[in-house]
Amino acid sequence: MPKANKLVTSALLNSHQAEILQQWMRRLKEDGALESGRIRESELQAQCSDFLSKLRDALAKGSNDIDGADFAPVRAVLTDLSSSRATQGFSPRETAMFVFSLKPALFDAAQKHADGDAASTMEANWQTGLMLDRLGLFTTEAYQKTRETLIVRQQQEIAELSTPVIKLWDGILALPLIGTLDSQRTQVVMENLLESIVAQGATMAIIDITGVPTVDTLTAQHLLKTVAAARLMGADCILSGIRPQIAQTMVHLGVELNMVSKATLADAFSVALARQGRIVTKRRTANNNSAEG
Amino acid sequence: MTERLEIHSSEDVVRVRQRVRALAVESGLGLVDQTKVVTAASELARNTLDYGGGGTVDIELVNGARRGVRLVFEDQGPGIKDIDAALRDGFSTGSGLGLGLGGAKRLCSEFTIQSALGQGTRVTCSRWK
Amino acid sequence: MVDRIPILKLGDVLLVTIQVDMHDQIATALEEDLTARIVSSSARGVLIDISALEIVDSFIGRMLDNIAAISRILDADTVVVGMRPAVAITLVELGLTLSGVKTALDVDRGMALIRRRDESAVDDADDSD
Repeated sequence: MPKANKLVTSALLNSHQAEILQQWMRRLKEDGALESGRIRESELQAQCSDFLSKLRDALAKGSNDIDGADFAPVRAVLTDLSSSRATQGFSPRETAMFVFSLKPALFDAAQKHADGDAASTMEANWQTGLMLDRLGLFTTEAYQKTRETLIVRQQQEIAELSTPVIKLWDGILALPLIGTLDSQRTQVVMENLLESIVAQGATMAIIDITGVPTVDTLTAQHLLKTVAAARLMGADCILSGIRPQIAQTMVHLGVELNMVSKATLADAFSVALARQGRIVTKRRTANNNSAEG
Repeated sequence: MTERLEIHSSEDVVRVRQRVRALAVESGLGLVDQTKVVTAASELARNTLDYGGGGTVDIELVNGARRGVRLVFEDQGPGIKDIDAALRDGFSTGSGLGLGLGGAKRLCSEFTIQSALGQGTRVTCSRWK
Repeated sequence: MVDRIPILKLGDVLLVTIQVDMHDQIATALEEDLTARIVSSSARGVLIDISALEIVDSFIGRMLDNIAAISRILDADTVVVGMRPAVAITLVELGLTLSGVKTALDVDRGMALIRRRDESAVDDADDSD
């Protein structure tokens, strides 16, 4: 039974594609698809026309399975479309409406040109409706995936921008961490830190966590990984910027950071200098040499 | 594009590292990702040799929606009785008893393992860009 | 047929530069050779340069750990130098921290580290483990 219905729709598309296209365009325009100016009418029409042809071909093969091989060209059109819509800043609703506004156009055409009985026309419309619903959902999912990829890329950029490595003194680096330390960010932090260790020939790295909101077990693991990696490159790490609440949380969670930790960056810097056998002294006046670390 | 390599000697393990490296570079993986997947390959190849009695690895360059490499290690060895236990880190013992599977798993973007006593072992490890 | 990695002697420090993608037998042979040389030359330090290594897997990692432990027993310091960033990141992910091994960026600094041990009364070994 379903096969006959597909063919009804397919036949409809075959004989009345232009009319359906026109109706569809009308609905889209009514819905405001061209309002934002992000897409021109000719472009939209080309997309609709392309979709209708591919849909017609897929249905002509007798298939109703939108996940099947016959529908691959249809899915490809929708994937490209939602991808570009997502990148251009269209809303999810606008993108999904591309598919959903085809429904009334098809139903109208079926009404006008149906040559079967009312019952089988209704059945055909029902099946078509279900198929378009599924295609609409597919479009929304493809849209979502593109948005997610965008977000991930932006996160990467933020991670790279927000992990500067600062040279405090010969061989002493400071790494002020801002924000939460997830596993992806930890990778970026590690890469930046290690590359700086090589470039600066650093033997000490001060990791300042003043800007890290909480240190839970997971964050602690990431910190430990970073410290372990630096150590493998011959650099020791000192932790600084530990706020009282963080110290408390760490104790309550049983988090153990086996490294020197100081409350302030200044204290940590002091320790680092001392480790290098350096001291800071005041400049002497008159003829004595200025002895400065 | 899939390459199959035999793993029956430690020289073979070296060859596996080299081929995985070459394909990892070709797939466009960054340096750290390359290093991770080649290291995982080394661990898994060694397991195949030492515990599986030798076997094969299929190295596939994946160039579709995802780009990277996929490795499938297979042996007809004794199999692993308790996979969960094997996945837990054995490095803390330091005596070489750990199969290193837990570590290898962490180096892969995707990792699956099928094994049962007397039925050999099949490990799939993929690294995506 | 097994190539052996050459061990150089610089004063009372043994220097090993690993430049090949070692298969397991070479690594095992190195461990044996170094142990013998430390004893026969009463070396105070062992410097292992791994700057040419693109991969350090668990086998090599354990070899480094072993050499460090053995040298410690024989009252010598082992310093591993030149680890590449990608390798360090991968090792950490693998779960190998090589906590028993001292490290430095290059041969010069490694030598300085070994010298410092002789000069200073306080041992630096407690710091980062």
